[in-house]
Amino acid sequence: MAFAGSEPRRNVSATVVKLLIAGGFGVGKTTMVGSVSEISPLRTEEAITQASAGIDDLTGVESKTTTTVALDFGRITINPELILYLFGTPGQDRFWFMWDELAQGALGAVVLADTRRLETCFPAVDFFERRGLPFVVGVNCFDNAYRYGTEEVRAALELDETVPILLCDARDRESTKQVLVVLMQQVMAQAALARR
Amino acid sequence: MMMMPREDDTWFDDAAGPIARPYTITGGRTHADNIDLQLLSLVVALPGPAEADSMAPEYARIVRLCQRPLSVAEIAAHLDLPVPIVKVLLADLIERGHVIYRTSQPLSEAPDQHVLQAVLDGIRRL
Repeated sequence: MAFAGSEPRRNVSATVVKLLIAGGFGVGKTTMVGSVSEISPLRTEEAITQASAGIDDLTGVESKTTTTVALDFGRITINPELILYLFGTPGQDRFWFMWDELAQGALGAVVLADTRRLETCFPAVDFFERRGLPFVVGVNCFDNAYRYGTEEVRAALELDETVPILLCDARDRESTKQVLVVLMQQVMAQAALARR
Repeated sequence: MMMMPREDDTWFDDAAGPIARPYTITGGRTHADNIDLQLLSLVVALPGPAEADSMAPEYARIVRLCQRPLSVAEIAAHLDLPVPIVKVLLADLIERGHVIYRTSQPLSEAPDQHVLQAVLDGIRRL
């Protein structure tokens, strides 16, 4: 309907949920976000000195030490009452302290792995394991990259057998959907276990 | 609280970097008291776009943008301003009654099974 009245349109009661897309720098996180987002991935900047230390003035040196972390994210409006945001985590190691804030309230995470540089996703795997946040590993199949089997990746990452691993193509909408479906199944399974 | 005098706007220089300038929009304020806005808090403007014309430019941009519910993160991205700045501007608009926001924490680490199922179904339908 073109004119549904102003009430539904001005409604801020929708439930907001988020999923994280983690992995090393340049592994395809933003590409994956963009493949399913209804908006082009947006980039927002968090100013670190303010957010992390609560610095209340900008008298001189702080402005020079302020670092900004760019966060790329997308949106999927599932229905007017339910909005899903997909957040790419900062890929650089020096932004680790941002992860706690990002992980807060997240339903789960995709750890995107590049088999040419598998070690770059170790920190993300460690982080989600320690935090008990449900996650799946997506092995992004880059062109020309040697393709390991999922079990080889599992062994290399020392992943628990309950953590799903999928081969995927972060550019491909259907492939990303499949990864997110498996992630949500994992989230629900973990939630069901926790209720027992 | 000690603050630099507002009228003295030469306290920063080019070397301060690009992050310093946006804070001049907020009069040097870096956080909003009392109003708990998070990255994914939803906000929506109450005035229509026409009413925004009489507002200061940064507020007008937010009001025009928020004709439908948007998260703080989306507003920051669209305005190309750091999140803390956007939170201060939004807090001003909220205090004046131009913007409403969701007060309760919208994110929960343990949403009920119905929400999870709806997310799963929604992804499948994409």
